[in-house]
Formats: sequence, C-alpha cells, structure tokens
Amino acid sequence: MRRRQDLSGYLFILPALAIIILFRFYPILQAIRMSFFKWGMAGPLYTVGLKNFGRLLIDTKFYQALGNTFWYVAFAVPLTIILSILFAQMLNQKIPGRGFYRTIYYLPVVTSIVAISVVWKWIFNPDRGVLNALFGIFGIEGLKWLNDSRGIIEILLAPFGITASGFFAGPSIALCALIIMAVWHNTGYCVIIALAGLQNVPGQYYEAARIDGAGPWKTFRHVTLPLISPTIFYLMITQSIFAFNTFTPIYVMTQPPGGPLGTTNLVVFYLYEQAFRLWNLGYANAIAFVIFIIIFILTQFQKRFIERRVHYE
Amino acid sequence: MNRKLPIHVFLVLGAFWMLLPFFWMMTTSLKTQMEALRFPPAIFPHALMFVNYLEAFKQVDFSRYFLNTIVMTLGTTVLVFITSALAAYAFARLKFWGRDLLFTLFLAMMMVPIPVYLAPSYVILSRLGWIDTFLALIIPWSVNVFSIFLLRQHFKTLPQELFDAARIDGLNHLQILTRIVVPLSKAILVTIGIFQIVSNWNAFLWPLIVTHSDSMRTIQTGLAYFAQAESTNYPLLCAAATFTTAPLIILYFFVQKQIMESYARTGIKE
Repeated sequence: MRRRQDLSGYLFILPALAIIILFRFYPILQAIRMSFFKWGMAGPLYTVGLKNFGRLLIDTKFYQALGNTFWYVAFAVPLTIILSILFAQMLNQKIPGRGFYRTIYYLPVVTSIVAISVVWKWIFNPDRGVLNALFGIFGIEGLKWLNDSRGIIEILLAPFGITASGFFAGPSIALCALIIMAVWHNTGYCVIIALAGLQNVPGQYYEAARIDGAGPWKTFRHVTLPLISPTIFYLMITQSIFAFNTFTPIYVMTQPPGGPLGTTNLVVFYLYEQAFRLWNLGYANAIAFVIFIIIFILTQFQKRFIERRVHYE
Repeated sequence: MNRKLPIHVFLVLGAFWMLLPFFWMMTTSLKTQMEALRFPPAIFPHALMFVNYLEAFKQVDFSRYFLNTIVMTLGTTVLVFITSALAAYAFARLKFWGRDLLFTLFLAMMMVPIPVYLAPSYVILSRLGWIDTFLALIIPWSVNVFSIFLLRQHFKTLPQELFDAARIDGLNHLQILTRIVVPLSKAILVTIGIFQIVSNWNAFLWPLIVTHSDSMRTIQTGLAYFAQAESTNYPLLCAAATFTTAPLIILYFFVQKQIMESYARTGIKE
C-alpha cells in the first residue's frame, strides 16, 4: 500500500529550499568552479586550470598563515578548555554566589568581537596600556605586544644559543596577545558547557570514590575526567573550528593587518585579503578549498584520535 | 569553610580577569584624552567626561548604523521564523517523496565553513545587484538550518491526536501550524529569536563584505570604521565600544538563561 503523500510539504519547504540552493548550495558549486579561473572583478575571465592551486603551493605567505593558524588553535583551544574545566569544577560545588560568577564569566561571550578587539588593543598598547602598567607594578618590563614579531619559542631558546626561526619560532608575542584575548573571550562559553557535563555525572560515582578513599585529585583524574570526556571532546572540536575561523581581531587590532611581519596573518584573514582587498577571487577560492579540507580533516582526526580515550557510559 | 577558601580566591580572581577589560573600557571612556594617555594610568577618571559619548556618537553616523542593524536584525529574524517554522513542519509532520533526503541535504549545508561562501556569494550578490543593499544583509541569512532542526525535533514530540483533531475540525496544514503548533513552541521560538538578535547585532564579516557605503554600515562595521578613523583617541573609542555593546549586555541581564541555552544548543557562534 502506498503511503499518502502530502504534496503541500514541497510548498512548505520551498522558501527555505530556494534560499539554501541560491545562497548555500550554488555558492559551493561556484566556489569549486571559480578556483579554476582567474577571476577578478573586472576584465575578462579566463581558465587557469590548476594554476590557482599551483600558486598556493609556492605561496610562502599562505604557508606562514597556515603555521600561524596552527599555533593559534594549538594554544588558544587547550588553554581555554583547561581554564574552563577548572572554573566549572569549582562552580559545581555548593558555593555562595555561583550564579553571580556564571553571569560574570559569560559576559565576554555576548560582547561583540569588534568592541572587544578595540578595548584589548588599548589594553595591549605598548606605551600607555594598562597591561604594561600592571607589569610595571610587579617590576616586570613591559612588552611590545601587538608590535612584537618575535616568536615565543625563539625567545625561550635564545639563552641556550639555539635559534628557532620560521614556523619553529612559535607564535609571535603579537599572536600570543590575540591568543590571550581569545581565551578571555571563550572561557565563559566553555564553562557553561563543562558545567552541564559535570552536573550529568551521577553522584554515586563520587560516593564510590570517597568510600575507596580517593582524594580530590584522584577523584578528578579517575572519575570526573573520564566521565566528562565527551564534553571535552565536543568542546575541542567546536572551539578548534571556531578558532580556525578567526578573522575580526586581526582586522581590527593588527597594524598592518596580519602584521607585524605577517605573524598574525591567519588563513581566514588571508582569504579575505586575497578576495576583497586584492580582488583575486579565484585564488581566494583555492584558499577556501584548503580551509574546507583542513576543517574536515581536523574533525575526522580529532574524532578518531580522541574517541579512543573518550568514555561513553 | 577553610578548605573552600582557595576556591573562593580562585573564583574571585577569575571574575576580576573577566571584568577588567569592561572596567577599563568604561573608565577610559570617561577620561579626557590627556588623562587617558598618562602613564602609569589613573584608575578612575578625574572628571567624568560623559561628553565623550555624545562626541563619539556624532563623529560618525552611529544613529544610522543602529537603525541599519535594527532593520537587518528584524528582517532576518522574521524571515528565519517563517522559513524555519514552515520547513520544520514539513520535515516533522508531512510525508512526501524525498523528504529525508532533502533534510539530510539541509543538514549537510551546516558542515561547510563560512569562509568558503564569501567569495562566491559576493559574485552572486553583485550579479543580482544586491551589493550595498539590505537584501544582501538579510536574504542570504533568512534561513537557519539549526533553527529548522530545533523546531523539527520539537514538532515531532507533539502528540498525533492534536493533528488528527485539527484535521477533523477542517483546518489545513498552514492553519494547524499557525494556530496550534506555533503557540505550543514559544520557548523554542524565543531561543531562536534571541540567537538571531545576538548574532545579527554582533555580525561583522558579512556586512563588511557586502556593503560599501557609509549609509549601509551596521553597528559592528561602523565601530570598526570608527576605530580606524580615530585610532588614537582612546576615550572616544571606548565610549563607542561601550554604547555599541550596552544594548546586548542589558538584554543579557534580562534573559541570561535563554541566551546561555541558545548558545549551548546551537553551539555556533559567528
């Protein structure tokens, strides 16, 4: 027997479908097509075949942007998650003012990144900034922050007579400033998610750990951490993708954008620069293609690698 | 009590760390420029320069930027409600050929990262002649797949008897949706609406790309423009940063739970 068909179903999804086709599906096809063309805003369009991808392979600025993005994600995401688990663990106890702390910690999340960037640029100001003033109170010499292109691994290894350069110089002080801001901005969101994960851990596990005589650290290490590993796993994926897409702070804070010496140039900003400042739309699409592949692999890799250590009940 | 002391210390330090940039933004916004540039800085302003706010507001056309943002937010939110409710109803309650395939296609579109869209969307919008218009700000964002997903999940939980009874009463699907289903979905619609307000208010990259003229700037592109124009006048910059974030922060204090929930559920930030 055939099921009765509701043809009105097509009418109901039509508005959404039309927009998805025109503004989601078609652009993707277009992006694939465009990456094989030289595509400026004016002038004739001609096929360049794989030249856009060939150019990408030898583009040292692109490699630098990839390296910067790697360091940015590799520092910002774990720091944010570790900090937020610490906060969440403390907020998960009977403590006066829990709601108050949650409200405060979450405040940066609802603030626009443009406004945040404006304010942090001022905080990081090398001559007048409040951060260097705080350093001064403790007798620490201020840093040049957003103007400092020296890599932190480079700085740490210098006393030992080892010179690290290029990718191995690590994130520059300028990029570290952006990482600090990113950690500040995203901790609140991760605290809320981690707190939800912690509250789902059944009380009897803690009870059992207590009877077995486990101290707070052992309980955390062998009971809490395994049980909230799905939450951590989720946060790592979403935060990595989110960090990978960072654009606004580079646009607002760095001078020249992506500087100093290209050490804060992240891939999405590089794509923007190629597409909308230099109008190399075809080349920008080749970059977009690489971004898509990396995010895809990242998700898969994290899934495979971490899932083995994730405990599901 | 004593055992908990380190926890309190840590949490208070955390709160300081979270609030410091806000405090610094507001205190700088009330200083004179001379005072702001003093080093080491004064913590509190000598005289409260509320006039900075007026001046920042007049320096560039912030009232226009606010208006544009409100139009953009209202437009996308209303359209997202309409397209999501209709599509979610069809996906949840109607049977038609290709339904599940189409839904999978919708969900698959969520997997594509936003940077991939930027250049091709620009080309499409300029062919349509929409660059620098509200259409470019609103229409491409008038569908939100996650909203469809949330509503569909909810519509599926509604009891079948409700729909059978409505059919017997002679209501068509559109009437069932608007008169029965929507009133039963208020909580989710609020979640979606709040998410729309927050993400439109804070949207930056898209408006930056699809609009050029000053009269089409939104709050965020306007603020970024102002930051470049007045790059060293920190009191004015901080005043502008304060009054552009204030509306959302006020909203946040009223509907904090819903904002946290909508972010936790959607998990997407722009």
